Amino acid sequence: MSAETRTGAPVLEVDDLRISFRERAAERAAVHGLGFSVEAGETLAIVGESGCGKSLTAFALLGLLPGNARASGRVRLEGRDILGLEGEAMRRLRGTRIAMIFQEPMTALNPVLTIGAQIVEAIREHEAVSAADARTRTLSLLARVRIPDPERRFGEYPHRLSGGMRQRVVIAMALACAPAVLVADEPTTALDVTVQAEILDLIDDLRRETGMAVVLITHDLGLVAEHADRVLVMYAGRAVEAGSAAALFAAPRHPYTRALVAARPRPGSALRQRLVEIPGQVPPPGAMPPGCAFAPRCPAAEAPCRETPPPLPSVGTAAERVACLRWKDLRAPDQSPVRLGA
Amino acid sequence: MTGTLTISAARPRPAGLVARLIRRPSAVVGLALLGLVAGAGLAAPVLYPGDPLDMIGAPLQWPGMDPAFPLGTDMLGRDIAAGITHGARISLMIGAVATLVALVIGVGIGAGAGYYGGRVEAALMRLTELFQTIPPFLFTLAIVAVLQPSIPTIVLAIGLTGWPGLARLVRAEVLRLRDGELVQASIVIGASDARIIGLHILPNVLAPVVVSASILVANAILTESSLAFLGLGDPNVVSWGGMVGAGREVIRTDWFVAAAPGLAIVAAVLALNLLGDGLNDALDLKRALR
Amino acid sequence: MRMPAGGSAAIRRLAQMVSVVVGIAVVNFFLLHLAPGDAAQVLAGEAGSATPEYIAALRAQFGLDQPLGVQFAKYLAKVLTLDLGFSVRQGLPVAQLILDRLGPTLLLMGASLGFAVLAGGALGFVAARHAGRPLDTAISALALLFYATPVFWIGVMLIVVFSVWLDWLPVGGMAEIGTGRTGLAHLGDVLRHLVLPALTLALYYLAIYTRLTRAAMLEAYGQDYVRTAVAKGVRPRRIAYRHVLRNALLPVVTQLGLQLGAILGGAVLVETVFAWPGLGRLAFEALFQRDLNLLLGILLCSSVVVVLANLAVDLLYAVLDPRTARA
Repeated sequence: MSAETRTGAPVLEVDDLRISFRERAAERAAVHGLGFSVEAGETLAIVGESGCGKSLTAFALLGLLPGNARASGRVRLEGRDILGLEGEAMRRLRGTRIAMIFQEPMTALNPVLTIGAQIVEAIREHEAVSAADARTRTLSLLARVRIPDPERRFGEYPHRLSGGMRQRVVIAMALACAPAVLVADEPTTALDVTVQAEILDLIDDLRRETGMAVVLITHDLGLVAEHADRVLVMYAGRAVEAGSAAALFAAPRHPYTRALVAARPRPGSALRQRLVEIPGQVPPPGAMPPGCAFAPRCPAAEAPCRETPPPLPSVGTAAERVACLRWKDLRAPDQSPVRLGA
Repeated sequence: MTGTLTISAARPRPAGLVARLIRRPSAVVGLALLGLVAGAGLAAPVLYPGDPLDMIGAPLQWPGMDPAFPLGTDMLGRDIAAGITHGARISLMIGAVATLVALVIGVGIGAGAGYYGGRVEAALMRLTELFQTIPPFLFTLAIVAVLQPSIPTIVLAIGLTGWPGLARLVRAEVLRLRDGELVQASIVIGASDARIIGLHILPNVLAPVVVSASILVANAILTESSLAFLGLGDPNVVSWGGMVGAGREVIRTDWFVAAAPGLAIVAAVLALNLLGDGLNDALDLKRALR
Repeated sequence: MRMPAGGSAAIRRLAQMVSVVVGIAVVNFFLLHLAPGDAAQVLAGEAGSATPEYIAALRAQFGLDQPLGVQFAKYLAKVLTLDLGFSVRQGLPVAQLILDRLGPTLLLMGASLGFAVLAGGALGFVAARHAGRPLDTAISALALLFYATPVFWIGVMLIVVFSVWLDWLPVGGMAEIGTGRTGLAHLGDVLRHLVLPALTLALYYLAIYTRLTRAAMLEAYGQDYVRTAVAKGVRPRRIAYRHVLRNALLPVVTQLGLQLGAILGGAVLVETVFAWPGLGRLAFEALFQRDLNLLLGILLCSSVVVVLANLAVDLLYAVLDPRTARA
């Protein structure tokens, strides 16, 4: 998909990432020892239901966690550990080396500033360029994210733009200083289906042009198949399966991934349903079962599954991992699809 | 009794509320200060059984000159401490009753507008807008001046001009509730309007109304003292504002006459505002009437 | 581009002004008839102090010998043509009296509102940036104290401190009488007289704007666009004033419109304390002389001032919020 721009060295490496919230006197863990890496020019999708900790992970990468949350572990950006960086040191990285786009384009832009001013700000907060040069760069950024008539749009306020156009502005803002990593947190969830495809195609094209790495946070497996090189499936704050997108769709190993793949709308069907078709709910952070977090919803769970959380060993190649004690017993999903919760 | 549909309104439990309230420093200070003011008012007839408007000592004695008059006497030889304690009674009483008047009007108009909508709402909100446009203090002044100052007319005037903010708040809350499940379910089972408003809407509006009420009492006390300061108090009772107004004549030499009753007003109003803030936080309301 | 919004706001406010004038005419009419005794007597003040000719003139002016409906129609017609009658006590038409006193009141209101908004906005800004820390607590406590302190008492105490003890500023009035100062000297004199009354009136509103700005800033800090600004690496200070404060100003400006009526009420007290020759002082004189016709005229005019000021606030809002410029 994008082999020509890959360098082989990861620009972002996350190791043993833990995120917890302080509520009253208690600590509640929301993400338990997550690890992954992304290479330049590659798209890694982090997939899971809402509440699985994927958005928290995204925020932790940029140091945007709320005040009552704490993160530990390692987040290495271009070889440098940035987790726990604060103040000016973190600010200098945001927008320049790692940037983010958000779920809600309707509210992500400041309503009282023109879109031009907001993109110019993204440039001039990091680089000593003249207002005229920043304007020129902004106009070319607007053109690059395929906003028609940039000169006119430059002076307009966000409320005059559609959701898709606003998301393009947010993307332009994120790319203003050519970051090495772009974190996209459900970038198309709030948009129409046709606009969704345009935005993701745009991100793909920009990734190819710039060689940046993309971390795509989504609950929509349909998007993953079309736009990701590799996939990390999360459940209840843990990685349950990782691997190349192609392999994962061809032969999902974890029962949860199987259910997701089975619930995925067929190609060609316009309707992309949410994943909540799996019966049961993700356990809340305060009520984690002692064993595999998916066991209460898993049709294949046995006694050992309920005792300790399963490890995440490599299976096949080093990058293919699955956290399930029983995945070997659940071969060949095509012959006997697992019926979750039945 | 047909069907098994049970509807219960979620209300903050009183015990939990008290527990949350006493965790807020502002609420605790407010309650303590309010207790002090109310205590002074309650103790007034015992501590100073006579009429506080009587001359009982030499005029203009400074605080501390005569142990019998710890806060001194004014230019007519009236005991300032007696005036302040009796004034507490009057201020709190007028504040409370005037707020009651404002509550009845404000909740009635707000609930009516929010619940019935349409033309009723348009007419009631026009009325509210009118009352919000007329400068409230000038309006109060005109009412009291026309009707002659007395405790009932002062109470009426303050109540009559104090409700518009409350009406807006209640209307917004009722609008929110009216389209909620609880009320829609009641309409489906055919409950009467009065029953729905009384049983399902008003109890849920209670929290913001309680917070507003403490602010309204504070504002009423300020208004009453302002009226009395301008000479529009009930001439037969002592009032903090009137005491400040009288003390103004002698500020060049005996400033304490005006200072002491003013501090009493600050204490009472501050107490009620602190309590309002504390309640607001404890009930977890976003923002009540300001 | 902004004119449509401003234009429609102006039309809406003008319609509101007419309905307010009618509404206040109704209220005034009610008040006069509610009062104990004959309306002409009430208007004239205490019985006995008014001459029979004056009572007769009032009767004719308000048509008090005619049926209530006719009386009201006549009164309304007069009010709508801004004919507010004649004040015998002052020997001038009511409209004339009010117009003469409007200037000083607007000066006082403008000065104290300006100070209250600027200083209150600044304090609220600082408090919000230090939310939960000692500086925030100190500012919030100070604001609460000012909020609870009666305006008239602040005035009296400021006189005690700055005029009696320190002798820095005049006790009252708007200018030294009989000095014949002109030009800059006169202006300086007026400003010296303005300081204490403006400060007195401002402190209460300073408290309100401090609290409002703080709350609006904290609310704005929770918005998505602030997170976007942080994510693109904007400096915290710049986020505070460019993203947060700009948006926090919107609710503050809305409140400004709502507070204008209250500040006119406060002017009555302040002008009385400092003998400032404005509308409030005129209201007090009318009260003192039981010149109710004048008092009701002032009530009407100050309401119209509130509506006009609200129109100004609408226009200001349209400038601050690009979304209202749609249409």
